[in-house]
Amino acid sequence: MKSKEKGINTLCTCVLTVLSLLYIFPVVMILFNSLKKENSITTDGAFTLPTAETFDGLTNYINAIQAQGFLKSLGYSLFITISSVAAILLFCSMTAWYLARVKSVFSTLFYYLCVFSMVVPFQMVMYTLSSTADQLKLNTPWNIWIIYLGFGAGLAVFMITGFMKSIPLEIEEAAMIDGCTPLRTFFSIVMPMLKPTLVSVGILEAMWVWNDYLLPTLVLDIKSYKTIPMLIQYFRGSYGRVEMGPMMASIMLTIIPIIVVYLAGQKHIIKGVAAGAVKG
Amino acid sequence: MEKALKKYAPIFVLPTFAAFSIGFIVPFFQGLYLSFCQFTTTKNAKFIGLGNYARVFQDESFLDSFWFTVAFAIVSIILINVIAFVLALVLTRNNLKGTNVFRTVFFMPNLIGGIVLGYIWQILINCILSIVGEPLLALNSTAGYWGLIILMCWQQIGYMMIIYIAGIQNVPDTLTEAAAIDGANAWQTMLKVKLPMVMPSITICVFLTLTNSFKLFDQNLALTAGEPAHATEMLALNIYQTFYARAGAAWKGLGQAKAVVFCLLVIVISLIQFKATHSKEVQQ
Repeated sequence: MKSKEKGINTLCTCVLTVLSLLYIFPVVMILFNSLKKENSITTDGAFTLPTAETFDGLTNYINAIQAQGFLKSLGYSLFITISSVAAILLFCSMTAWYLARVKSVFSTLFYYLCVFSMVVPFQMVMYTLSSTADQLKLNTPWNIWIIYLGFGAGLAVFMITGFMKSIPLEIEEAAMIDGCTPLRTFFSIVMPMLKPTLVSVGILEAMWVWNDYLLPTLVLDIKSYKTIPMLIQYFRGSYGRVEMGPMMASIMLTIIPIIVVYLAGQKHIIKGVAAGAVKG
Repeated sequence: MEKALKKYAPIFVLPTFAAFSIGFIVPFFQGLYLSFCQFTTTKNAKFIGLGNYARVFQDESFLDSFWFTVAFAIVSIILINVIAFVLALVLTRNNLKGTNVFRTVFFMPNLIGGIVLGYIWQILINCILSIVGEPLLALNSTAGYWGLIILMCWQQIGYMMIIYIAGIQNVPDTLTEAAAIDGANAWQTMLKVKLPMVMPSITICVFLTLTNSFKLFDQNLALTAGEPAHATEMLALNIYQTFYARAGAAWKGLGQAKAVVFCLLVIVISLIQFKATHSKEVQQ
């Protein structure tokens, strides 16, 4: 019985190893081809390793960074993601606390509107949202976080309010009786207790904002501001010959930071995403 | 406490509520209204009643994209859930080495954005197609269909696998042990004990893959952009093209009406999901 189980486990490990290799193959293939010379990137030779003849070092990467303004896009993407997630975490946790503790028609209505907004597909509001954003001049990377706060509030308020129900009311009441104002109670008592769910919400919203393509495309002026997904789409979707080398290099430049962050915090990320899925 | 907190409502609620109004409430109701109008910008809307909706159901490209989306959704839901469930079963085996590494690898594509995923697979699939001598993606709707499915599987299997693993780990050991003592073999334990216990996870995953398939946009745009001749265009992309690929007063209203129909469809799916998950919870 024991040895039979061992045998099955070894078999499983072998199959899983092959599967994992297949799984990372697309990324590895892009990596190898991004290191080749532009004229050696052909469809027939796509699956060969770069040789001494075709190896081009980091030229494609340098081209991608210089010609396509990759660093600028990286900056915009970073700023938009960080400002949006920070705003969502701060304002939505405050709102969630209020909605969980104050029972009124308004808070019930607001809560259900938040739940409803998670279901509505973006196509429903994309046209009117982009024209509203234009009218209010919310169309630069510096203030697009207001739009993200509005559209990301649904998930954040829903998840944090759900978590709030498991926090004992007595701790907050004790703080208030001791003379804390609601603001102080929130920041020194409630917020620290919310940490696990804030991590989950933060990861989910960061993944969404960082990878979002349609919203920034419709809201931002594409000629002056391109986030990374916009840059990749612009690169590939524009007419004329596409330079495959720099194209693949910029794909790699986009993926590498994600993989590094993922490997550093994979436990939190996997847990956070799973928590969000089960509740959503 | 409620009273004290109520005085602070402007600080606690107003920022989120204002942004939520700009980002969701106003665009949603304005969109609802505009679906009954003819317009080229939000300022020159002219009320025309149900005209746009009548055209939605006569628009062949919309109906085609609906059926394409349905065909895509059915196959990808089955593939993703079966593969993810099997992977989760294997990865929760006792004494299996390296489960963490495998989990990390399978989950990774989920973090990469749809646009980038689409182009990675476009390059890969076009290479394979040119080697076997078939037409490339831009001219090959069969390859486009299966390409989208492969791409969707690659992205979503890891995610669903994580949910299934959590579900399987929640099955109490006492139950599987009791089944073993009663003489159940591994297959029977799986079918009669584990499967019913992870039913809630299955409901969640099936509906997640269902709504994800219906809402798919970035991947569709990047991989095939609807080519050839709109044959691989899914609902979300069809709506987008109606809005932005054509000029003139006739199209924006039609696009908004399509969006409302699309929205209703997604809401109905979500309501069924809500009912299904809750009825399962009661039984446990």
